[in-house]
Amino acid sequence: MQKDTSTTAPSTTSGRIRHRKRSNEVIPEVSKANGTQLLVNDKSKYKSMLIRAYSSIWMIGGFILVIYMGHLYITAMVVVIQIFMAKELFNLLRKSHEDRQLPGFRLLNWHFFFTAMLFVYGRILSPRLVNTVTSDMVLYRLVSSLIKYHTVICYSLYISGFMWFILTLKKKMYKYQFGQYAWTHMILIVVFGQSSFTVASIFEGIFWFLLPATLIVINDIAAYFFGFFFGRTPLIKLSPKKTWEGFIGASVTTIISAFVLADIMGHSKWLTCPRKDLSTGWLHCDPGPLFKPESYSLPGWISHWFPWKEISVLPVQWHALCLGLFASIIAPFGGFFASGFKRAFKIKDFGDSIPGHGGITDRMDCQMVMAVFAYIYHQSFVVPQSLSVEMILDQILINLTFDEQEALYWRLGEILQQGIQRKS
Amino acid sequence: MRDIHTDNYCSSPRTPNARLRRRSNEIPLEISKSNGNHLLINDKYKYRSMWIRAYSSLWMLASVSLIIYMGHLYIWAMVVIIQIFMASELFNLLRRANQDKRLPKIKLLNWHFFFTAMLYVYGRILSQHLVNTVISDKFFFRLVSILIKYQMAICYFLYIAGFVWFILSLKKRYYKYQFGQYAWTHMILIVVFTQSAFTVANIFEGIFWFIFPASLIAMNDVAAYFFGFFFGKTPLIKLSPKKTWEGFIGASVATMIAAFTFANFLGRFQWLTCPRKDLSTGWLQCDPDPIFQPESIPLPALISHWLSWKEIAVLPVQWHALCMGLFASIIAPFGGFFASGFKRAFKIKDFGDSIPGHGGFTDRMDCQMVMAVFVYIYHQSFVAAQDYSVEMFLNQIMRNLHSEEQLVLYKKLGQILQERHFIQS
Repeated sequence: MQKDTSTTAPSTTSGRIRHRKRSNEVIPEVSKANGTQLLVNDKSKYKSMLIRAYSSIWMIGGFILVIYMGHLYITAMVVVIQIFMAKELFNLLRKSHEDRQLPGFRLLNWHFFFTAMLFVYGRILSPRLVNTVTSDMVLYRLVSSLIKYHTVICYSLYISGFMWFILTLKKKMYKYQFGQYAWTHMILIVVFGQSSFTVASIFEGIFWFLLPATLIVINDIAAYFFGFFFGRTPLIKLSPKKTWEGFIGASVTTIISAFVLADIMGHSKWLTCPRKDLSTGWLHCDPGPLFKPESYSLPGWISHWFPWKEISVLPVQWHALCLGLFASIIAPFGGFFASGFKRAFKIKDFGDSIPGHGGITDRMDCQMVMAVFAYIYHQSFVVPQSLSVEMILDQILINLTFDEQEALYWRLGEILQQGIQRKS
Repeated sequence: MRDIHTDNYCSSPRTPNARLRRRSNEIPLEISKSNGNHLLINDKYKYRSMWIRAYSSLWMLASVSLIIYMGHLYIWAMVVIIQIFMASELFNLLRRANQDKRLPKIKLLNWHFFFTAMLYVYGRILSQHLVNTVISDKFFFRLVSILIKYQMAICYFLYIAGFVWFILSLKKRYYKYQFGQYAWTHMILIVVFTQSAFTVANIFEGIFWFIFPASLIAMNDVAAYFFGFFFGKTPLIKLSPKKTWEGFIGASVATMIAAFTFANFLGRFQWLTCPRKDLSTGWLQCDPDPIFQPESIPLPALISHWLSWKEIAVLPVQWHALCMGLFASIIAPFGGFFASGFKRAFKIKDFGDSIPGHGGFTDRMDCQMVMAVFVYIYHQSFVAAQDYSVEMFLNQIMRNLHSEEQLVLYKKLGQILQERHFIQS
């Protein structure tokens, strides 16, 4: 009876509550023999681990293929994941009985989803779109005018959804409808907040997307195995199968692997170059000082033991340490949040798309917290403060015609010349 | 029985709303024809409630006028204070007293998120203004620049601290309540801060862009009230049974006419039309934007036969004012319907009771919020966009960038232009 509190078997809700109470009661006596608890039912434990491993390998394989194919395809993958997540979450708190009386309501959810997608990706990708069509005059003018009125278009779509919502309010269903409206907004904010940052990170260089995602995966796997072998003291009541030993072991592993992985990934131009437009070909760029190796001479006693006199460290590896620290200590709270949420609303998993893991939201909960942090960290500590140059340049490209841009260029040249002459 | 009808309008000791609403839905057919009689049925209560409403309206109008006279910074302070009250009202709304006793820190957590949101929103909008204010003092300039550079990171860490605090404070049997409160807090902060962010951005573009839409909404409300008072017969929407089609249409027409003329009046004041580029409070001088400079439009022959004017001076902003008037009369009332529906869904009469005769702050601000967002987006897309020119960008580059950054921009622009020439030729 006290065997698996882990995933897979589609258990009933009552069974789950029974499990939880029992796992809370039983832990003191079993914790010492946590090894035996996990090995109690060899057959199903290893079977569930196998299913989990099988789907993990497929996910990792698919993921690597998409990374190889490039920025645009990664963005497409993110969008697809997002659509599935939104679908899972929209369906979660729906009550079918009320839904039958409100036929247009599901459509309203997808209307808001489409508006959010247009808004978020329009903002992030518009400078890149402009750079892609900058040679073709007709497309350029079309794209520029679309981008100029992008905010208005999205706002009009949102307001029409808002008005549609109000006009469909039905007499006895007010509370349900308002609840669904709020729920839709929360879902879209959560899903699009993190995916917009993910896509922005991708175009800054696949490295800034791949490294944080990998760190989360490594943290999860390491925590699982450390808990499997050494787990004794439970970590938090929200997730009874997490242990302190797993947590600390995984933290150390994550930080070390962050340092090492950053070195490996930093040498690949495909991963480190930013993409300035929406092309899919090969990338060439000047890697930037962050990815150029610096040599550090090792202190005397280490160079006695090992044959190396000095090691070359990419400056980005220090940033990777910060990322690793966050991934191991704060990102798990995303998982706790999801666990608490599932308990509050008495659901086992967000969905069941992935065998062994639950739904897509179950996999993405920590990734979401990490993606936001990675982007904000990148903008604040990695990028030199030339943001204003980029912003003004983007605005110039979007808002001025070709001739005006040339005129601006020549006049700016004159002004700068005068400035230089005045100084000298 | 009949007394209960008249209490439909304004605040009064809470009576069972459900009974009131059903009765008001059942009766309208017979009363609607004699809507005049219905309103005069209980003279004493009707006029007394109108008096209370008018009295507090006058006070609000007077204080808003005073603050506008005092300037941008004070208007901003007023917006912040209104926001704090609104957030307080809304936080308290769906709280349940008995569950809150076991969870003492929820209120503190709400205000933590409130503070974080305030820092983030106003940091973004006012960062450039703050920089311009301290630009002469080297020490403050450096301090402010550093704060602005890491503003996003600071706000993010504050948010994550709140997030972690929330998770660590989850108590076994209160999960659902706590998650509900968390979601509720986020929704409130988003609603309150989005519109106030846009309001403040409008203020610093020129008080005109704050005072004009706000007065349009007020005019629309007042006109709808009086048109409904005198002519109201056919009910407009089930959500708000006291609104009528006559009131709606009459108010729309009145609002559009008022928009056209009021914009002409307001557009002549430099205090209202000049943008404020820093956080000072003194007098403003500026070159009026071309949108506020009068153009003469010759009137068609038949009008100039009737009246003695051959042409009229129209500020281009008056055409924009027509669009704003259209939005204020047709779409902004949906903000009011949303609030009404919300109150019915959760069976509350008013959001609060700070203002006698009107309810709480949120009751007054519901339509204003929708309008403020629209005005900001309209301004960014259709008014400011017309300013984009070579001159404007040169000014921006000279003003906002250091000389090294200017060189960087120059080189990048050169590269892009070269590539384009290369591809085209």
